[in-house]
Amino acid sequence: MNVADKKRLLREMLFARRFEERCYEAYVERKIGGFLHLYSGEEACAHGVLEAARPGDDYVITGYRDHIHAIKCGADPKKVMAELYGKETGSSRGRGGSMHIFDVEHHFMGGYALVGGPFPLAAGMAKAIKMKGTDQISICFLGDAANNQGTFHESMNMAKIWNLPVLYVCENNLYGIGTRIDRSTAVVDQYKRVSGYDIPSAQTDGQDVEAVYKAAKKAVDYVRSGKGPYFLELMTYRYRGHSMSDSNAYRSKDEERMWSKRDPIILLRDRLIEAGELTLDDYKAMDTEILDEIEDEIIAFAEQSPEPRVEELEKYCLAENDPWVLGGGR
Amino acid sequence: MAEMMYWEAIRRAHDEEMANDPMVICMGEDIGVAGGTYKATKGLYEKYGPERVIDTPISENGYTGLGIGASFLGVRPIIEIMSVNFAWLAMDQLFNSAAKVRYMSGGQLTAPIVMRSAGGTAHQLGAQHSARMEKVFMGIAGLRVVTPSTPKQAYGLLKSAVRCNDPVYINEHELMYNMKGEVPDEEFFHPLEGSDVVREGHDVTLFGYNISVHWCLQAADILSKQFGIEAEVIDLYALSPLDRAGIAASVRKTHRAVIAEEAEPCVGVGAEVMAIINEECFFELDAPPVRVSAVNVPIPYNHTLEKAAIPNANDVVAAVRKMFGK
Ligand SMILES: Cc1ncc(C[n+]2csc(CCOP(=O)(O)OP(=O)(O)O)c2C)c(N)n1
Ligand SMILES: [Mg+2]
Repeated sequence: MNVADKKRLLREMLFARRFEERCYEAYVERKIGGFLHLYSGEEACAHGVLEAARPGDDYVITGYRDHIHAIKCGADPKKVMAELYGKETGSSRGRGGSMHIFDVEHHFMGGYALVGGPFPLAAGMAKAIKMKGTDQISICFLGDAANNQGTFHESMNMAKIWNLPVLYVCENNLYGIGTRIDRSTAVVDQYKRVSGYDIPSAQTDGQDVEAVYKAAKKAVDYVRSGKGPYFLELMTYRYRGHSMSDSNAYRSKDEERMWSKRDPIILLRDRLIEAGELTLDDYKAMDTEILDEIEDEIIAFAEQSPEPRVEELEKYCLAENDPWVLGGGR
Repeated sequence: MAEMMYWEAIRRAHDEEMANDPMVICMGEDIGVAGGTYKATKGLYEKYGPERVIDTPISENGYTGLGIGASFLGVRPIIEIMSVNFAWLAMDQLFNSAAKVRYMSGGQLTAPIVMRSAGGTAHQLGAQHSARMEKVFMGIAGLRVVTPSTPKQAYGLLKSAVRCNDPVYINEHELMYNMKGEVPDEEFFHPLEGSDVVREGHDVTLFGYNISVHWCLQAADILSKQFGIEAEVIDLYALSPLDRAGIAASVRKTHRAVIAEEAEPCVGVGAEVMAIINEECFFELDAPPVRVSAVNVPIPYNHTLEKAAIPNANDVVAAVRKMFGK
C-alpha cells in the first residue's frame, strides 16, 4: 500500500463511520425501521480484507451487519441508504432492509439475518468459481459467535475436502449480542478452531487496517493460488449496541474506553500525520466533505426517492415469464 | 387479580415452575445474564443460577437436542428460541427426536420439553425475521402447539406445558409482549386443548388465534355497531390438536365462518379449520367459509408493503360484509 492508498482507505473508513452514525440518527428519526446493526469500530476489518482482494470481482457474503461490506464492494451508498429508507431505489428495491443489502452487479451476494447461514453459501460460491475455472475467490465475513453454529463446522469440512477457494473472515468483536465469547465458546481463539479441519488460519489485530491488509493479502493469495480455504480471525470491537434495541449494559465502561483508544480511523490518521503525509486540517476538511456528501447527496436521495408500489407486493416472489414453468412453452 | 404484561406473565410462570420443581431448567440465547430478549426470564439467572438458567451458544439444533436428551432422564427444559425464524434450525431435533420418540419407543420414552418463541410479524424486521411458523409446528404429529392471545393464557399455558408429559411448542408474538391483561393472583393451569368463546354472537363465527383474536374482536365490534351483525369470536389457543367439537358447535349455531390468520393461506390454520367444518358440519353452512390470511410472499421490509402483506381487523370486517352482501 502506498501513501495514496492509505489516504483513500482513511477516507473510506471515515466515510463508513459517518455513514453508520447517520444511519443511527435516521433510525432515531424513525426514517429507518426494523433491526439496524452498525459497524462502527470495526471498519478496518472489511476495508483491510477487501483492499487485499478484488472487491467487485471476488464474491462477498456476510451477515446482517452488512452496509459497509456492500459499499466497499462497490455498492452505491445512495442506494444502500435508500434501502434502509425502504425505497424503490434501494439496493434491494426496499424489500430487503438493513439486514438484506444485495448488490449482485458488484458481486456483493448479500446480507443474511440467520446467524451462520452464509458459511455454506460461501462454500457453494467457491464451488461454482472452481467449476467455472476463474481465479476469483469467495469471501465470507461473519462474527465470532456464529462459529457455534453447526454450519460453521460442516462448511469448514466441506471447504477442505473439496479444496474450495473460500476465505472465511471472522470479525471477532468478543460478543454475540450480550453474551461474551468466553461464556459461549470453549475455545476463545477462533483461529484455532479450524485446525481440526486442517485449514490454515491466522489471528490479527482488526483495528489496524494495515495489519489487516497484510494478513489478508497472505490469506487471499493463498486461496487464489488454488490451495483451498483459509480462515482469518480479526480482533475487533463494535462501539454501539448489537442492534439499535440493545442497551450495551453487559459491557464495562473500562472495556469500551480501552477499545476506543484503538480506533481504526484515528490509528491510521495519526500514523499518516506522524509520517508528514497528512495534517489535522486535511483530515477535518475530509470529514466536512464526507458529512456534506452524506447529507446533500445520500440522505437527499433516500428522502426524495419513491416508495415501492403496493401493486408490486408479489413481484420478485417467483421468476416472471419463465418458459420452463409451462414445460418450455410447448 | 393483577394486571400484568404478557412478558411478565411468562416470566412469572417460569419462576413458579422453577421454584416448584428443581428439574425445571430454561435455556436459550441471552436468556440468563441478559434476562432474555423479551425479558421472559428476567432475574431468574440471579435467582436460580447458571446450572438452571442457561445461556446457550448460537446452536439452535444443538441445544434443542441437548434439552430433549435431558428430558429423557427427567429434566424439564423450557427452551427459548429468540425468534421463531431461528426454530427452523432446531427443526430436526424437534421433529425427528422430540415429537417421535414416544411413538417409536412404543411409549417407553417421552420428551417433555417446552419450546417457546416469539412468532409473528413485527415492525419491518424483514423476510428472515417475520416468519409465521405455526402451520409448520401444527403439521408435526406428536407435538402439542398452543398460542396465547392474552397474558393470562401466556401464564397458564406455559405452566401446563411444563407439567405436561408431551413436547409442547408455544407460539408467542413479538408485538404482544407489552400487552397488558388480568392474570389471577392464585396459581392456575390453562388447558392445552380446547378453545374459548371470547364473544358470543349468532350471525357468524370469527375464528382467531394469538394476535388475530384481537383483530376478530375489533372486527366484531365494528360489525355490531355499524352493520348490525353479531359475530361470535372463538380463540383457538390450541392449534394442535385443534378443538373440533368447539369449532363445529359454534358453526352449528351461526352457520357461517371466517378464519383470521396472520400467516399465508396455504396449508395453514384457516385451511385446517375449513376442513374440520367440512367434515363436521358441512350441511349447517349458509355460506362458504372464508379465510383472511397474509399474502403469499416473504415479508417485505418496506413499511407500506409489509402492512399490505399482513391482514388486519378491517380485512376481517370486509370479509364478513362480503359474505352478507353488506
Ligand atoms: C439462527 C439465529 N439464531 C439467533 C439469532 C439472533 N442473533 C442475531 S445476531 C446474534 C449474535 C451473533 O454474534 P456474532 O456472530 O458474534 O456477530 P456480531 O453481531 O457480533 O457481529 C444472535 C444471537 C439469529 N439472527 N439467527
Ligand atoms: Mg460478535
